[in-house]
Amino acid sequence: MKTFRIFRFASPASFYPLAGHLATISAVLAIVLAVAGLYIGFFVAPTDYQQGESYRIIFIHVPAAWMAMFTYVVIAFWSLWALALNARLPAMLAQALVPTGAMFAFISLWTGAFWGRPTWGTYWVWDARLTSTLILFFLYLGLAGLRAAIDDPRRADRACALLALVGVVNVPIIYFSVRWWNTLHQGATISMTAAPKMAETMLTAMLLMTFSAWAYTIWVALRRVRGIIIEREAHTEWVADELRREGLLR
Amino acid sequence: MKEWLAMGGHGFYIWCSYGALAIAVGVELYLLKRGRRRSLERALQHRTEQEWS
Repeated sequence: MKTFRIFRFASPASFYPLAGHLATISAVLAIVLAVAGLYIGFFVAPTDYQQGESYRIIFIHVPAAWMAMFTYVVIAFWSLWALALNARLPAMLAQALVPTGAMFAFISLWTGAFWGRPTWGTYWVWDARLTSTLILFFLYLGLAGLRAAIDDPRRADRACALLALVGVVNVPIIYFSVRWWNTLHQGATISMTAAPKMAETMLTAMLLMTFSAWAYTIWVALRRVRGIIIEREAHTEWVADELRREGLLR
Repeated sequence: MKEWLAMGGHGFYIWCSYGALAIAVGVELYLLKRGRRRSLERALQHRTEQEWS
């Protein structure tokens, strides 16, 4: 029976305090990992023999690009769950991830442009990888816009879930674009089947920054979902208690 | 220090990238903090409207 105790967190009232604790742990992890990653990235990792110092953009570009894709897949997963089981919390979690996913998609495009200029000689090309990532950014904006356009949260959940599920097809296109098309963008930075092509310290810094981006996303999404839960569960007694704790309700 | 910041002539590209990330994270955290307060206020407003109706 102990196995099923975890399902009690499917209730917003139970998940709310858990999200608070997990957000604090994630915040600490994100900061520690980012400090370690930036230290190794800037002070330990050597200069690249081809790209010089400009390659150091990799420590934020690759984690941002991975997080933008991964976050969208997670949004699609929660959306499917919400649609299939008509569940509230997964829809709220999907909603909470959208702004952070959009931020990472933007950072991925921005840093890619500033890496592309010294490497390729241009900030932008209508290349398969870049264009599909731009589409991902627009999908995030679409999700945010669609939600803002619908007043009823439950209807907005369903509409956004459908868009998320349709849009998720873009993620494998982004990932495999460098294989399917002849692009200016380099191939995969890390492969599960081959040894890494970069120095160990470069890889360590990049992975630390990636884990930091994960922890940051969890931190921010959990903080955001707490706000969403409070608003949507405003009619409940436990939210009244929370408002009393905040000194807003007598 | 000046040499380190110059990043072998690529300082502009590197600091524009890291700067954008710092600004984006800063804005997101600020909006998050403001959003929490607004959520609590909206919840309070909802409850007040409910009590009146």
